[in-house]
Amino acid sequence: MIFLKLIVTNLLRHRIRSLISIAGIAFSVAAMLTIVTVLQGAVEMFSGILSSDSQIIVFERNVSDLFFSSVPSEAVQTISSWPIVQHADPVLFGIVSSSDHPIITCFGITDADARLRKASWIGGTREDFGKDPNGVVLGQRAAEFMSATVGKTVEIGHAAFHVVGVIKTANGFEDGGVFMPLSSAQAFFHKEGSSSVITIKLRSKEDIPELKASVRRSYPSLVALEDEEFTRSYSQFKILKATAWAVGGCGLLLGGLGVANTMIMSVFTRIREIAILRVNGFSPGQIATMIFGESALVSVFGAVVGLLIGTAFLFALKLIPALHGYVDTSVQPSVVVIVILLALMTGVTGALYPAVYATRIRAVEALRFE
Amino acid sequence: MTTSNRSPTPPIVLLATDVWKSYDDGAIAVLRGVNFTGFQGETVALCGPSGCGKSTLLHLLGGLDSPDIGRIAVNSRELKPFGNPLHLLRHEVGFVFQLHNLIPDLTLEENCLIPTVAAGLDRKAARDRLRELTDRTGLSHRLGSKIQKLSGGERQRTALCRALMNKPRILLADEPTGSLDESTSAMVFDLLLEIVANEGVTLVMATHDRTLAARCGRLIEMRDGSIHEPF
Repeated sequence: MIFLKLIVTNLLRHRIRSLISIAGIAFSVAAMLTIVTVLQGAVEMFSGILSSDSQIIVFERNVSDLFFSSVPSEAVQTISSWPIVQHADPVLFGIVSSSDHPIITCFGITDADARLRKASWIGGTREDFGKDPNGVVLGQRAAEFMSATVGKTVEIGHAAFHVVGVIKTANGFEDGGVFMPLSSAQAFFHKEGSSSVITIKLRSKEDIPELKASVRRSYPSLVALEDEEFTRSYSQFKILKATAWAVGGCGLLLGGLGVANTMIMSVFTRIREIAILRVNGFSPGQIATMIFGESALVSVFGAVVGLLIGTAFLFALKLIPALHGYVDTSVQPSVVVIVILLALMTGVTGALYPAVYATRIRAVEALRFE
Repeated sequence: MTTSNRSPTPPIVLLATDVWKSYDDGAIAVLRGVNFTGFQGETVALCGPSGCGKSTLLHLLGGLDSPDIGRIAVNSRELKPFGNPLHLLRHEVGFVFQLHNLIPDLTLEENCLIPTVAAGLDRKAARDRLRELTDRTGLSHRLGSKIQKLSGGERQRTALCRALMNKPRILLADEPTGSLDESTSAMVFDLLLEIVANEGVTLVMATHDRTLAARCGRLIEMRDGSIHEPF
């Protein structure tokens, strides 16, 4: 109890300094939580598009980005005909723009695609899709920001399209996207005879290895990955995640420097007090524990406050209409645990030098100058 | 059959043999071949001018520092040069300084319990001991007081309690009443002598105050880093 009081007392003795350190850690944690959650949400949303009613994704081997992948239509037909395949849906991704929105994701799909099957139709029907080569279905949010309704014409890129339907999906990318008939999308993006990926659902999950082997054998330039496998290995996702953690890590590093500064000051201003503790039987280990305890307390407080700020910030982001559907505010427990552990580690690392310094204080030298 | 009337010599608890100590790489020689023997239960006053080596000798006897040359033994165990004096500081030796050296933001009670926390003493035993010492020193009504609220005499009595919390057999006091006025000084010193007598503690005290020194069982005169013990 007294040991804890020694720790707390010292933090309370210099309240402003302690608060600044806590704020440093808190803002770092909030930044890390926000960046990691938003990017992880984005990654999950994008992988959600690919895994819509499918288990396997086939795309061009060694492409850095799926937008550059080219899967020949002939491969779609062949793979669809394999008995183990329940359905194989080609998807062509493209980026288009409208007058107000520079980036709108465009999905070139067939009328059998799971996205259309699973969506809630706000306007139009699924049967309307594909009849008119210039007919597009808009996600609800895309319809909102384009101020479009069924029957209207919208300008996308350099062309005009008729809106034949408006759908609502849970996925932010899809909800803000444009769905075109595959052939129209191929013509629009000058990718005739190809799609970006094929999403495949098998009759039995046990056939996954066989499908992968068949694709490898029949189409060496293509690769078939399970959805989870794809999410893990797709380089863009890896880069995004690494960037998120790196940016957050830099924030924490700054917070850690704040803790280090506080702890250094804390030790330097009470050399005599530490000497007295030594004379009264405190071991170097107990002194170090006290210093690390102070920094751990700062870090834990900072982490808790940071998690609250970060969560509040994520909710605020979700409320912004332009970001509706794009920000997934569900903070993963693993992220919370990692963030807290990183904050603790940062705090403890920041206290390393001060703790070592404190353990090396020679009581006799500190006491000689009364 | 004959019986001796002589009381047996008490055991030696402190022994310094030909101790030399200097600072600043030998530039300042503080102790020059000091020999000192402290017996169990006796009270010894180290007198002498500032800089004669009184405090340094106390620090060496308490294991806070190591001699350049010579040997120090406490309770018949020789201290290793630059060894770990933890056991010594936790269980065998207590220190009282001129300045009380209490931690200002803690209460009297918490300050006194610090050595027991360091030594991992049972909490109940620690509180019993605290009650015993504060009763003796008249501080039991001030247990919850912050150090800033205590008078100089109370602070020094608190420091005395803290030094004796783990029941050390040796008390090393460096000008324990040096920062107090005359009457408070006499009162604290009375208390100090009473407690060490009751507990059978060996007291070695550095002081400038000849009157207080004269009340100790033995007075040792130090000059220029050497001991000149009057016989």
